[in-house]
Amino acid sequence: MTDASKPDGPMLAADGTPLKKSLARALRLQKMRALALIAPLLIFVLVSFIIPIGSMLFRSVENSMVSETIPLTVAELQNWDAQSGELPNETVYAAFVSDMVVAIEAKRHTRLGSRLNYEQTGMSSLFRKSGRQIRRLDPATDGPFKEQLIDIDKKWGEIGTWATIKTHSVDITNGYFLNAIDMQRTPDGAMSQPEDKRILIKLFQRTLIMSMIITVSCIVLGYPVAWILANLPMRQANVLMILVLLPFWTSLLVRTSAWKVMLQQQGVINEVLVWVGLVADDARLVMINNQFGTVVAMTHILLPFMILPMYSVMQTIQPTYLRAAKSMGATNWTAFWRVYFPLSVPGIGAGSILVFILSIGYYITPEIVGGTKGVFISNRIAYHISSSLNWGLAAALGTILLAVVLVLYWAYDKIVGIDNVKLG
Amino acid sequence: MKTKLTALAVTTALVAPAAIAEEMTIVSWGGAYSKSQKNAYHDPYSEKTGVTIINDDSSAEAVAKLRAMNEAGNVTWDVVDVVAADAIRLCDEGLAMEIDPDTMLAAAPDGTSAADDFGDLLVSECFIPQIVYSTTFGYRTDLVGDTAPTDICAVFDTDAYPGKRSLEKRPINNMEWALLCDGVAKGDVYDVLGTPEGQDQALAKLDTIKDDVIWWSAGADTPQLLADGEVIMGSTYNGRLFSVIEEQKQPVAMLWDAQVFDLDGWIIPAGLSEERQKRALDYIMFATDTQRLADQAKWISYGPARASSAPLVGKHAELGIEMAPHMPTDPENAKNTFLYNYEFWADYRDDIDAKFQAWLAK
Repeated sequence: MTDASKPDGPMLAADGTPLKKSLARALRLQKMRALALIAPLLIFVLVSFIIPIGSMLFRSVENSMVSETIPLTVAELQNWDAQSGELPNETVYAAFVSDMVVAIEAKRHTRLGSRLNYEQTGMSSLFRKSGRQIRRLDPATDGPFKEQLIDIDKKWGEIGTWATIKTHSVDITNGYFLNAIDMQRTPDGAMSQPEDKRILIKLFQRTLIMSMIITVSCIVLGYPVAWILANLPMRQANVLMILVLLPFWTSLLVRTSAWKVMLQQQGVINEVLVWVGLVADDARLVMINNQFGTVVAMTHILLPFMILPMYSVMQTIQPTYLRAAKSMGATNWTAFWRVYFPLSVPGIGAGSILVFILSIGYYITPEIVGGTKGVFISNRIAYHISSSLNWGLAAALGTILLAVVLVLYWAYDKIVGIDNVKLG
Repeated sequence: MKTKLTALAVTTALVAPAAIAEEMTIVSWGGAYSKSQKNAYHDPYSEKTGVTIINDDSSAEAVAKLRAMNEAGNVTWDVVDVVAADAIRLCDEGLAMEIDPDTMLAAAPDGTSAADDFGDLLVSECFIPQIVYSTTFGYRTDLVGDTAPTDICAVFDTDAYPGKRSLEKRPINNMEWALLCDGVAKGDVYDVLGTPEGQDQALAKLDTIKDDVIWWSAGADTPQLLADGEVIMGSTYNGRLFSVIEEQKQPVAMLWDAQVFDLDGWIIPAGLSEERQKRALDYIMFATDTQRLADQAKWISYGPARASSAPLVGKHAELGIEMAPHMPTDPENAKNTFLYNYEFWADYRDDIDAKFQAWLAK
């Protein structure tokens, strides 16, 4: 009997190694080659996408600044109970002065002041002003410090000041997320923001509702256009296609500003309406700086993202299906609704996902034409990134937005099925 | 190949410092303002030293960008033009270097030290003031009826002056004006605004005109809205109104009452290499001397920040009109003024802004 016919031995390749092993080796080489080919893209995505998003997500909970700037104070404050109704004792004040002297030397105390000012108004100047005085103290010889600090600024003699420092001294905080949903981290746990400061949840809701309205308007306006494009002869369709793509050659700002010219009260549309006599001169329509303006301008800007996937899906629908339906006695409407429309749904799905996700992250257009009622949560994120510098809160808002998108995407997958989405 | 690349990298690294010495990036606001700086500072400086100056119009996001650059450990800007409030924040965050006015800034021609010449305008250790500008109102002369407004409270008087007004989409300045027109004495404005009741009072006053306000976020908005006749009056920076009135000859006039002075100037980012820092300081020494500050006023109607520059302000370089009467600091215009309260807003801006935005969204 030869080896090969042995029923229980491993199958061998020509060189005597087990076939499984040699196959795996050959495949591994192939896999490595494939990996090498996609490596540039993979590294690019990792460096420019995954890592920044990851670090953004982390910023929403990261809060090591307090314990890094005043480590001794934070440690001493653990022994103090804000509920006791008494000020911290001398050891805390002494630790604070030692910390501050080091922090002032490194010019870090004012940063801490800005950080704590997000939580309690007045911290910024408290740290800046006290810094100028504490600089002169020597932690080793000038004690005791409790009275001296309270002399420098009476806020050091308030329980609230120390309670704020203690509350926000944890390295990983939920404070930013609480702020992002109109709550705040307090010594007594999570509490609602006072009513006159609640705005973010409202903005989240508004962003979602208006994005849906924009998506639906894009479907309504884009569907007929895509249908015409798909059913015209190639030559004419190509000319019309250029018209659809034309807006991409114009800057976003120019397109948005053009809407200002069109919609404002002394603008083109109002002038025409007044001229025709449909609207009285003193009752011109308010069409901009409100939600209407945002919906119109954003629908216009996002329309191509709806038309293109619809068009490419509709192009693949055979006209013979419609003819077959009609030859079997269907009316035009039935043929469209029962045969054509279901076939075009993957295009609508792809377009809707694109438009919806783009629009919830938009901020330039709402900022310009949205006035006060037409701005999105992204305008607040932009404000906290570039103006208030509260990057932790901006990151928390961004994280929530990202989570909302993922949840909606998941829901879409459950209801419509992501396999039903086609870009072409 | 690899050695070649390494060699190349090494040469680039060696050559780079020399290249930096030949050019510097100066960040400013763009538009007419950057043009005035180019004419008054950049061009003469380049001529004198041979340094190429690259303009970057990023001042509006300067604080955020500098913070990001600092975190990344790669600061590419040499000198940055920011408003005083931003300079204070950059100083607080440790993102700007401290300036010693006596050794780093030029003395006035008559020997007055820079510290005395700038005086109170040195609002932060890191800030070198350049101009005094103001946020004030302009109105359409043909749309406000027979009696032109002379009082800030005309903004809140929709009976006498029906029509839309434009205000900046932020609490700063608007809250002060609201309290002033709600009967709060000028000296008490910030004491009142520091209390929750005072903030509610200001918002309640603003509430009376809320339906008549178009909110702006870019300085160019109000001039455009005035030119289009969309609003009958609106707040913006005085230099913008100057160009609407004198350069574009629109039927617009200034309402200087209760204008809010603010400062704009330079900072040098912290963490520059020694050589770049030296060059930045050299530029600052040149660009903020008495003559140079007066020169800028030939191109734009902002007041020079040095006391010694004021007498040197002459005519507009292109229009040929006398600039002094268009300066916010001119005695005729400065009868009733506010100075932006940096300390107050550094503390209260987060808190009041949240309330203001919540009120806007209501």
